[in-house]
Amino acid sequence: MSNPVNIKFSDASLALIQNIMSRYPEGKQKSALIPVLHIAQADFDGWLSPQTMDLVASVLKIQSVEVYEVASFYSMFHLAPVGNCVFDVCRTSSCWSRGADNIIAHIGKRLGIKPGETTSDGMFTLKAVECLGSCGTAPMLQCGASFHENLTPEKVDALIDSYRAAGTRRSYTDMDYKNTL
Amino acid sequence: MGKKLLIHNDKVPGIHTLEVYRQHGGYASVEKALKTMSPEAIVEEVKKSGLRGRGGAGFPTGMKWSFLAKPEGVARYLVCNADESEPGTFKDRYLMEKIPHALVEGMITSSFALGAKTSYIYIRGEYFYVARILEAAIAEAYAAGFLGKNILGTGYDLDLYVQVGAGAYICGEETALLESLEGKRGNPRIKPPFPAIAGLYGCPTVVNNVETIAAVVPIINMGGEEYAKIGIGRSTGTKLISASGHINKPGVYEIELGLPVEEFIYSDEYCGGIWKNKKMKACIPGGSSVPILPTELLLKTAAGEPRLMSYESLSDGGFATGSMLGSGGFIVFDEDTNIAENLYTFTRFYHHESCGQCSPCREGTGWMEKIAHRIVHGHGKASDIDLLWDIQKRIEGNTICPLGDAAAWPVASAIRHFRAEFEAMIPKTELAH
Repeated sequence: MSNPVNIKFSDASLALIQNIMSRYPEGKQKSALIPVLHIAQADFDGWLSPQTMDLVASVLKIQSVEVYEVASFYSMFHLAPVGNCVFDVCRTSSCWSRGADNIIAHIGKRLGIKPGETTSDGMFTLKAVECLGSCGTAPMLQCGASFHENLTPEKVDALIDSYRAAGTRRSYTDMDYKNTL
Repeated sequence: MGKKLLIHNDKVPGIHTLEVYRQHGGYASVEKALKTMSPEAIVEEVKKSGLRGRGGAGFPTGMKWSFLAKPEGVARYLVCNADESEPGTFKDRYLMEKIPHALVEGMITSSFALGAKTSYIYIRGEYFYVARILEAAIAEAYAAGFLGKNILGTGYDLDLYVQVGAGAYICGEETALLESLEGKRGNPRIKPPFPAIAGLYGCPTVVNNVETIAAVVPIINMGGEEYAKIGIGRSTGTKLISASGHINKPGVYEIELGLPVEEFIYSDEYCGGIWKNKKMKACIPGGSSVPILPTELLLKTAAGEPRLMSYESLSDGGFATGSMLGSGGFIVFDEDTNIAENLYTFTRFYHHESCGQCSPCREGTGWMEKIAHRIVHGHGKASDIDLLWDIQKRIEGNTICPLGDAAAWPVASAIRHFRAEFEAMIPKTELAH
């Protein structure tokens, strides 16, 4: 196991992790892995580096490989650096039927990137993703914890401008949900 | 106006708070169940109600509960499946976001019936903000004495936690969900043993969908027999329908089972008709996994009977001419929709979401995506439609979990009912061979 001395969780995050670990029976603390990976991703630049995953392993007292195999399975975990704002744009059936492909193309054109890419200033990453459970308000995208629904190119432009102006990193664990413009 | 039991108070300001929820009769089922009923009597009421699992499979809930093993000294668990990921389905999100206490109340009453002392709500990671809403409701319930030690002075203890996932459709499959809750990859388990015998941490476990758990509240309040009078035949009660696609009023609607499909689509009370004054071409009535139907077979069965929103009516005719109620993910397509392109989005979805354990699904979903991709991009071969058919046939029934079937059925039904549309996308030079 590599040495995770370079990074550590904040006291607040450690307290939250301890609280989460207390939710399972004695000896089953591995159950905390996915929630803790969310915290780690939010705390350490929006992605899970090998060092970050090793730190999670040491906190949960499990092998690093147990963390890697889980982190690589779930689509919300990023195993490479991403922009401050990750746009997860849904493209499955209902969203597709209401113009998701146009929204993805519009964002790509505005930002000069293709799905899977990050802008050179590190501000935005564009991802085309599968159904996010927002079919009745299609097309939509998720950024951090926020769902942005009934999208139009104009709404997308306003969203990009507001995120760029704020300049901050958005994580899935953000509290400022539902700040739809 | 049909009967509503689950989201009738969704527009009441503050209904997400315990105070307002209680003012509208909230937590009465907990008072009644814990103070006046035995766990066995609750299971009996749920059996009498005829309630069927609302996640998609439609298995009788009371029967599922009665299978739960009860060995001495071994913990039992109730796990709520809030992983809602079936494309076209967003009803659980609506229920949890608007009336979180309806789920919390159902979890308490159901946990008591099953003898669970610790219960979990496993919610898909993308619904993180909904998890926060649920956590706030749970904190209120603890403070009011509905959770924790010695609930309402009855001596019953229950802890309830929300667990977030991290993006994986497969975790809606109950054994994959349990693996994920144990901190592992969401790989479905080989069954048997079923979760009722060996589920979470190897202990007897019941996994129920959000809407199923919430329906236990009105069942206990009104009694199973009264609940069973609502609906039609073996499709008792009400059902939340997620309506999306080319309709005027997408959204979540609670219907009494047995409502005519035509009324659901065209009535202003529900979908409000097809958008832009267009005609309907097709509909997927129960989430992406269930067969797509052309309009004529959606509105009427092959025998010419009006099609109803019920488990039996929607599956009338089998897969040849029918579909399924499934999760109630109701996706409507207008006359201009390219059915092959829609199918391509599904093949891509299932390929992305296959966990990779079983080769027919892991390889087959990839091939189906590849072939659907070249068809809709104008590079299809004359043999491709038959090839798609052949692949889906080889996946169906040959995997350890239903994802394989779920990936196969949309392909089969799209070709069965709309073969000409696929043929029209194959280059003429190809067809000349």
